[in-house]
Amino acid sequence: MKINVTVNGTAYERDVEPRMLLAYFLRESLGLTGTHVGCDTSHCGCCVVLLDGDRAVKSCNMFAVQADGHAITTVEGLEQAGKLHPLQQAFWDQHGLQCGYCTPGMLMTCVAFLKHNPKPSEAEIREGIAGNLCRCTGYQNIVKAVQQAATADEMVAAS
Amino acid sequence: MFPAQFDYQRARSIDEALSALASRGGDARVLAGGQSLIPAMRLRLARPAVLIDITPIDELSFLRENNGFLCVGAATRDFALEVSPLVASRYPMIADTSVLVADPVVRQTGTLVGSLCHNDPAGDWPVTSLAARAQLVLRSKSGDRTVSIDDFLVDSYTTAVKDGEMVTEVRFPTPDDRTRGSFYKLERKVGDFATASAATRITLKPDGTIAAAGVAIGALGPKALRVSAAEKLLAGAKPSKDLVAAAAREAEKIADPGADNRGSVAYKKAMAGVLVARALRTTFERLGVKGLE
Amino acid sequence: MTSTQKLPERHSIGQAMKRKEDPRFIRGKGRYLDDIVLPHMLYLALVHSPYPHARIKKINKDAAMAVPGVKAVITGEDLVAAKLGWLPTFHGFDNQMVLAIGKALYQYQEVAGVVATSREAAADGAELVEVEYEPLDPVVDPYQAKLDKIILRDDREAKTNHIYHWEVGEREKTDAAIAKSDVSIKQRILSPRCHPAPLEPCGCVSDMNGATGRLTVYMTSQAPHVHRTAFSLVTGIPEDKIHVISPDVGGGFGNKVPVYPGYVVATVASVILGVPVKWVESRTENLTTTGFARDYHMDVEIGATKAGKVTALKVTTTADHGAFDAAADPRKYPAGMFGIVTGSYDFPTAFAEVDAYFTNKAPGGIAYRCSFRVTEASYAIERAMDILAQKLGVDPVQLRRQNFVKKEQFPYPSPLGFVYDSGDYEATTKKALDMIGYDALRKEQAEKRKRGELMGIGVSTFTEIVGAGPGKHFDILGIKMFDSAEIRIHPTGSGIVRAGTRHQGQGHETTWAQIVAEELGLDPQELLVEEGDTDTAPYGLGTYASRSTPVAGGALALAARKIRDKARKIAAHLMEASEDDVEWKDYKFSLKGVPGKSVTMKEVAFAAYTNPAPDTEPGLEATYYYDPPNLTFPNGTYVAVVDVDADTGVVKVRRFLAVDDCGVVINPMIVEGQIHGGLAEGFAIAFMQEIKYDEGGNNLNTDFTEYLIPTAQETPHWETGSTVTPSPHHPIGAKGVGESPNVGSPQAFVNAVIDALSPYGVTHIDMPLTREKVWNAIHGAAPKA
Repeated sequence: MKINVTVNGTAYERDVEPRMLLAYFLRESLGLTGTHVGCDTSHCGCCVVLLDGDRAVKSCNMFAVQADGHAITTVEGLEQAGKLHPLQQAFWDQHGLQCGYCTPGMLMTCVAFLKHNPKPSEAEIREGIAGNLCRCTGYQNIVKAVQQAATADEMVAAS
Repeated sequence: MFPAQFDYQRARSIDEALSALASRGGDARVLAGGQSLIPAMRLRLARPAVLIDITPIDELSFLRENNGFLCVGAATRDFALEVSPLVASRYPMIADTSVLVADPVVRQTGTLVGSLCHNDPAGDWPVTSLAARAQLVLRSKSGDRTVSIDDFLVDSYTTAVKDGEMVTEVRFPTPDDRTRGSFYKLERKVGDFATASAATRITLKPDGTIAAAGVAIGALGPKALRVSAAEKLLAGAKPSKDLVAAAAREAEKIADPGADNRGSVAYKKAMAGVLVARALRTTFERLGVKGLE
Repeated sequence: MTSTQKLPERHSIGQAMKRKEDPRFIRGKGRYLDDIVLPHMLYLALVHSPYPHARIKKINKDAAMAVPGVKAVITGEDLVAAKLGWLPTFHGFDNQMVLAIGKALYQYQEVAGVVATSREAAADGAELVEVEYEPLDPVVDPYQAKLDKIILRDDREAKTNHIYHWEVGEREKTDAAIAKSDVSIKQRILSPRCHPAPLEPCGCVSDMNGATGRLTVYMTSQAPHVHRTAFSLVTGIPEDKIHVISPDVGGGFGNKVPVYPGYVVATVASVILGVPVKWVESRTENLTTTGFARDYHMDVEIGATKAGKVTALKVTTTADHGAFDAAADPRKYPAGMFGIVTGSYDFPTAFAEVDAYFTNKAPGGIAYRCSFRVTEASYAIERAMDILAQKLGVDPVQLRRQNFVKKEQFPYPSPLGFVYDSGDYEATTKKALDMIGYDALRKEQAEKRKRGELMGIGVSTFTEIVGAGPGKHFDILGIKMFDSAEIRIHPTGSGIVRAGTRHQGQGHETTWAQIVAEELGLDPQELLVEEGDTDTAPYGLGTYASRSTPVAGGALALAARKIRDKARKIAAHLMEASEDDVEWKDYKFSLKGVPGKSVTMKEVAFAAYTNPAPDTEPGLEATYYYDPPNLTFPNGTYVAVVDVDADTGVVKVRRFLAVDDCGVVINPMIVEGQIHGGLAEGFAIAFMQEIKYDEGGNNLNTDFTEYLIPTAQETPHWETGSTVTPSPHHPIGAKGVGESPNVGSPQAFVNAVIDALSPYGVTHIDMPLTREKVWNAIHGAAPKA
């Protein structure tokens, strides 16, 4: 089936089998390997991307054909004109990553989360990232990273 | 890990969806959120020959009050309920449920109607829908029919939807100011299926006795169960600690769970009582009834 | 000397430097195994046995081969014909079938491999491989296996399920001491089977290049050199023709140490088909077939005087190794470092023995963030000390403190053969008690108990043992467990640092740069760190068991000091002085007695290439292969505070404090991150993680629906602190810390819950402490049916 998808601002037209999962479409058809696959049951969240700007979606739980006509943002689309997204900067500053495997999905979940809840409490952050697993950090520094990003100038201005 | 092959069709209108369903019959599955269906397909437990995607149908994406009901369209995402000020202020039982379903990412794509149609024995929305005495609208080429939630939920993963039919909306009766509800879920972690769940909805008469009650439990049988015996006990009675305890006992009696990693039969039955009691106490508290803690 | 204060400000060691590896990870530009795509690459999918124990009568490939895109179907018989049916396991007691040969020995055992042009086609093909099984009765209980009623391994010479017996210590003396002690306790303590489950599953891309004769294997590997040697031994391909590349690894925790059948089958497929073959497992395959951890059933006895002084410790363990003994332990230590079971306590005598058995379960066990069985040992002694405290009616912290090995006793020879390098358990414990407010918590608990509220406080004062290890005792496949570093400084003063370790998130690209920067007075931002490519990195044993800082860290410091020795010659040459008059002070070379005259390492580096000292080679580099003189012994005191909901059995962890002593800290931010992560794993193991098999041999925890990884919402907030007792034998005094939180924490949680339930007379409950187990203890119900 032919599909048209915009990913990180670039339009793509590709021919895919209906059963191709969006995660593999991004990784293999488009070569955007930042989105990762960590489980079979949509628990881990390593595959989270954004649909149409503000809906976090587990891309292992969606078929590429469903994305036809939509816009996807992956982790590769966060940095703009050489400037890191405040969340990327915050994850780095606060040591919110170790092996880095959960990081892209975690970042995309947090982008959507802060759009919906720009001034979250710690408890709300922990609830907000409960769809993403991390085996390395114990989550504490990820929470600190989200707290830092929430106070970044661009984020406060946008909200 | 990878699904078997299937055909995919996008429906741009309800009629298009119904035509597709009519022509492919039992081979076809409706795809809205897909958050239960797609995992089953990846494990090859579900192998539909064709998926009919109804998410492009804007007409099915609504959340509104109409004629004494809160109406939720088939393509309406769980997230819409989670962030709705209307739901938060007037439908506390639905609000409680909306933050406990699956996880916060899955909720951005999953749908309430989809969850009812999937009818997983441990699903959350069936429980709340039973307590609320919800109704579903089923449409086919021959027209609409309204089905009560009790008639809709037939058995594990089985509903009253016939070949060629699809659910277009679910309706929850709008509570008056003497009606409140609450939902409780015991889960081992976020994203786990419920070990046990309970929803209660109480309407009080002006004299403080109970006019009507809805009590349902989940993950405790082949499908969500209405605790009719508890509802009968509650109706006409005055709220009290003993009444709550008696209603909880009825829930324990009717619970028919299977043993699994979440717990033994004995533990789960006990939890049926604990959660119904907690849901009732919270419901009464929301109604301003004091002294039941 | 133990310090609870900050060490004087140093150039690089001790700095909370931001990580150098992060820029690529935050951009999604890490290069993990599944990101690697080679031209003409095919995909391998494995077929698994649904039966835990069965004869394989026939395998029919026809339907699978007919699927469009399928290029080959490989079975155990095909591998036997190519002399690749078996692979040696790491500690040498057993061989493992690559694909099932004649028999399937555990549910999900790999039975065949299907190679195809796409993942989907390989999956379609795998579904159509027809295997005819004749089910046999499974053995799932190691105590049943011990009876040898059903012999599982007819391929082995000795027809028994018993794999080995191992013991250490003084059996008779210990038995006698326990028999005549005033008080004794005996408890069977289970360390349940669990699984490391890193978020990136295992996988490889095997590429046999017919033109060059070289086999390149990209692999999720924590030990690429050992894997290269293992591949060479198994396939017969000379080692120079094998290139193992471990790219970015998405978590290891021990899971990526063993050699798995998928790697071998992918390699064979590449050899046969002449193109690269990729194998990436699913999460279910990861949980059901790759190295599990623990599964130790430990009978623990402690003898003590009535005043609370311990007199003897005896531990008899039954170990369940699954269908093959694929435990990755140093060869002479089949039970790993289990001898650390005397923990932080000064036992006059002790004895430990382990008997291992085959069962129809997945093979293993590996060291899941635990330095080879240290988690099991530490859990056993810390639980047992609490049971003893309960019997004696004394505070569990008091019992521990009165039995601690004292500061003056170091280096301390334990009755089970280890010489602990250093420690000040009293200082670490005192700090923890102060930070948590222990006395106030006990007062609060007393008040709550009067009201029937269930609050618990649990302590773990553990000593662990890491840094395997000295070559005279430790080897894997005969290769001594040294580690290595190679440092080359460029003319303009930056450099490249390569080590034989292979990080999977531990931050080596930053911390190794910090070590070298400290020794050489250079900028850590300008020291590029590389690991994981066997063509370029010096031979090392890899990263697991918290060995990297103790061993490779030592190699890095010593290689840097070799460079500094040569640099001194160059500095002397530049300052036209004798070498004896040159000293290294404040991170530069100065002339003794001539203030203001100095040269920096950068100047020396330039000179090494432009103006070399006479009688020295140009250039500035060194290699060091470090054979450590001993292991290192980090310690910690952890305190958990819990509140239990009696109606549901839900345990809320109100507070958790970890005070760790890992000697000198290279990067406190990275250490703290390691602690947070390990504590989260310990929390999961204590409360919700288990790989369980039912009586029929069915694996009940085959995906993340049933193998529970806690989310941020369940995971407690962590409080941390530290004391610093340097290792006297380590070149920079560091001990390593990655595993301490996983070693020390499960027992703190369990001790806290048992403490909360003690009004009900509970003395022990096995992990995981599910809600139901807690609830049963309160409501007195029988164990679940």
